[in-house]
Amino acid sequence: MAVKFLPSADSAVVVEFGDRIDRSVSDRVLGLAARMRAADIGGVIEIVPTFRSLMVHYDPLRTSSSELIGAIQSLLNSKTRLDRRRRLWRVPVCYEGDFAPDLARVAEQTKLAPEQVAALHAGIRYHVYMIGFVPGYPYMGDLAESLILPRRADPRIRVPPGSVAIATGMTAIYPLESPGGWHLIGTTPIRIFDTLASPPALFAPGDAVEFEAIDRDSFVRIRSATERREYRPTSTELPA
Amino acid sequence: MTAALKVVAPGMHTTIQDLGRHGYQAFGVPVSGALDAVNHRLANRIAGNADDAATLEILFRGPTLELTAESARVAVAGASAEIELIGERRRILGGWRSALLRRGQAFRVSMLGETACCYLAVEGGFSVEPCLGSVSTYARGGFGGLEGRALQPGDLVPLAREHASERAELGITEPPRSGREQPIRIVLGPQQDHFIDSALECLVSEEFVVSTHSDRMGMRLDGPILAHREGYNIVSDGIATGAIQVPGSGQPILLLADHQTTGGYPKIATVISADIPLVARRSPGDAVRFTAVDVAEAELLRREAEAAFQALVAGLAPLKAASDLDSARLLDANLISGVIFDQT
Repeated sequence: MAVKFLPSADSAVVVEFGDRIDRSVSDRVLGLAARMRAADIGGVIEIVPTFRSLMVHYDPLRTSSSELIGAIQSLLNSKTRLDRRRRLWRVPVCYEGDFAPDLARVAEQTKLAPEQVAALHAGIRYHVYMIGFVPGYPYMGDLAESLILPRRADPRIRVPPGSVAIATGMTAIYPLESPGGWHLIGTTPIRIFDTLASPPALFAPGDAVEFEAIDRDSFVRIRSATERREYRPTSTELPA
Repeated sequence: MTAALKVVAPGMHTTIQDLGRHGYQAFGVPVSGALDAVNHRLANRIAGNADDAATLEILFRGPTLELTAESARVAVAGASAEIELIGERRRILGGWRSALLRRGQAFRVSMLGETACCYLAVEGGFSVEPCLGSVSTYARGGFGGLEGRALQPGDLVPLAREHASERAELGITEPPRSGREQPIRIVLGPQQDHFIDSALECLVSEEFVVSTHSDRMGMRLDGPILAHREGYNIVSDGIATGAIQVPGSGQPILLLADHQTTGGYPKIATVISADIPLVARRSPGDAVRFTAVDVAEAELLRREAEAAFQALVAGLAPLKAASDLDSARLLDANLISGVIFDQT
């Protein structure tokens, strides 16, 4: 699909690579994001990668839409190799009891045992497509096909922070208490959004995430270490 | 005792704001900042501050505050908004000018119905720790400003200075109009092709009304239904301030400073950056009409708006002490007799 440039008045340009959720589309979005960060084009305020497009917020007093589109086009045509830094995060999750309020329902709906749901969820390396909805909320995919369900018919008004959730082909972690319509199948004791950290979100778009099942005792231990700021989840750099 | 503005009554929704928290939208952090950046900047300039100093953003009903510092210079910008001294030295100081206050002086910011928002700046600014590079309050996320929330009775909003500088008071002789009747200019898109043709016609020909279900995140507009071509879900993409998103109900929501960074509803059009302050000044019940321009026009209009702002700032002049006293005396008389004189 050809790249489209869509205007958001004189505030932003949307560089659209596709209209669906797809790893190859996401890679093109994140590739342009990396090129734009390296090029540091004048007048660009910030860039926001999403599933299928890159939103480029700009200052109309410092550049113009046409100038910006020209600069983006030459980056799209550029053949230079990219140094895209990505990290692999290991996230502990308790899939038991109160920590997994929707696990039984999900098991029922997917005709699997609760342990199988947890094992399928923890058995995949996920790609962080984008962060949005609320500060730090990572949209990660792709979920095992047997776990794909529509959102809950009755969204919750309050989902506790740390809830690990699934819906459609995605999984996510609720960073803050917020409303939410996804199925809660576990809880992580770690903090994934912290305004005192730099950057404030643990994951960046393009990072990879793996979940590791932990028991109730480990959950309590890691949560209290997290609250004392003595626990940092482990991560490794992935080859570009 | 630390220099502060003590909150006697907080008003309806008074928050600390600056020009926004930029650079964190890729992590899902909204920009926030003043809804009406023009009057935020003007309040700062009148008080003698840089554009990006923190102000108090005041929505709908103004707060009552008391100075707990030796002295402070304050200024209010926003249509007919005024500073009204209360207590023994009861007196209306008006808006669009700076004023020197002494310790213990209590004052009220009255809005007088012409605008939904106004800004109170204090010379030297507020002494608030920035969060992610900005002091803007993002109440939904609970961060920025004063404890991540709107002001409450008894709060002390810390001031950077214990004393005001020695200088003449400044004022704007011809304040900008609130632009309440002006049509709001938009650029169609980014997803105008998700709507039927008559929805696009409706958008620029019919009148909408600001709904009471509006906040710093978005302004809901009552009026004609804007029908989608097929379905109302899109794969989530980015959102710019001023975007007009249309959920399944067909009732548009005009997204403001605290909007989410991404969303899954199609955006039929986006308000041009020069007109976002005009939107911010409208209250529930006010009419909104849209007119379409292209991106190049939008960029030109923004440059013109910036030139108009610079001209206003260049026109900032010292208030004449005598006329200041005269009008104050006149206003005192008004307050005492309860009769409003024709002051023209």
